[in-house]
Amino acid sequence: MLIIDCPWCGARPEVEFAYGGEAHIARPSDPSALSDQEWADFLYNRTNPKGLHAERWRHLHGCGRYFNAVRDTVSDFFVVTYKAGEPRPDAGTEGGDR
Amino acid sequence: MAELMPSLPLDTLAAAPRDVAVARLVALGPAARLVFRGREAAIGPAGEAFGVPLPREACRVNAADGRYALWLGPDEWMLLALDTDPAPIFAAIEAATAGLPHALTDVSARSTGIEIAGPQAAFVLGQGCPLDLSPEAFPVGMCTRTLFHKAEIVLVRTAPDIFHIDVWRSFAPYVWELLEEGRREFA
Repeated sequence: MLIIDCPWCGARPEVEFAYGGEAHIARPSDPSALSDQEWADFLYNRTNPKGLHAERWRHLHGCGRYFNAVRDTVSDFFVVTYKAGEPRPDAGTEGGDR
Repeated sequence: MAELMPSLPLDTLAAAPRDVAVARLVALGPAARLVFRGREAAIGPAGEAFGVPLPREACRVNAADGRYALWLGPDEWMLLALDTDPAPIFAAIEAATAGLPHALTDVSARSTGIEIAGPQAAFVLGQGCPLDLSPEAFPVGMCTRTLFHKAEIVLVRTAPDIFHIDVWRSFAPYVWELLEEGRREFA
């Protein structure tokens, strides 16, 4: 089973978590000023990278909090997890604790 | 005053638990359960009113005089007092935190308590709980929400070989019977 580091609770099994989609997508402050294409980009279009991907996870059966994680979509390897609201750590670094 | 006592979800199942000394199973009676969520300013007064300071370290329990304050999230605690009327506790905390942003909810009837005790208690729990329940990884005084098979539980280690399980009442028979199944090899 995959072990995920919750920034609050520490290392926990994958079954306690729920996936929450790509991270760091801010809702536009004035949606009515956007073109249809820009609004569709915000709603539906994601980067879907091959490699490091910043994404939201929720420790559903634990502290219940959302946090962000950088995961390698090729190897399913969690590079680093960090609390919601914190900036994405440098993508190129081999940081993290596992 | 003639009072109607609500039945507990495990009344029937737990009436005659299998006698297994290495992992005894007890259905606990009614308890006061309050969920407190609040910002910094309200945390201290709430703990004072409850009689147990709210733990600030993740997954920790503070206990005093049969009252337990369980850390469930960075701004979320469960206040547990076995065999106690929740109303006076609720009123005391509300009075102490008046005017401070917080949410206090009485969830006494939402869940029910199960205690499993004995040298094989962690082994039996381990059949459905994915956490490392060794004393090093899950010491006395640790608590957390987690899963037991498919049911969400709140798990507390109150002594080296005693665990308290708090489970939503509709899931209680499911958890109870799977615990019973896990104990069968010791019967």
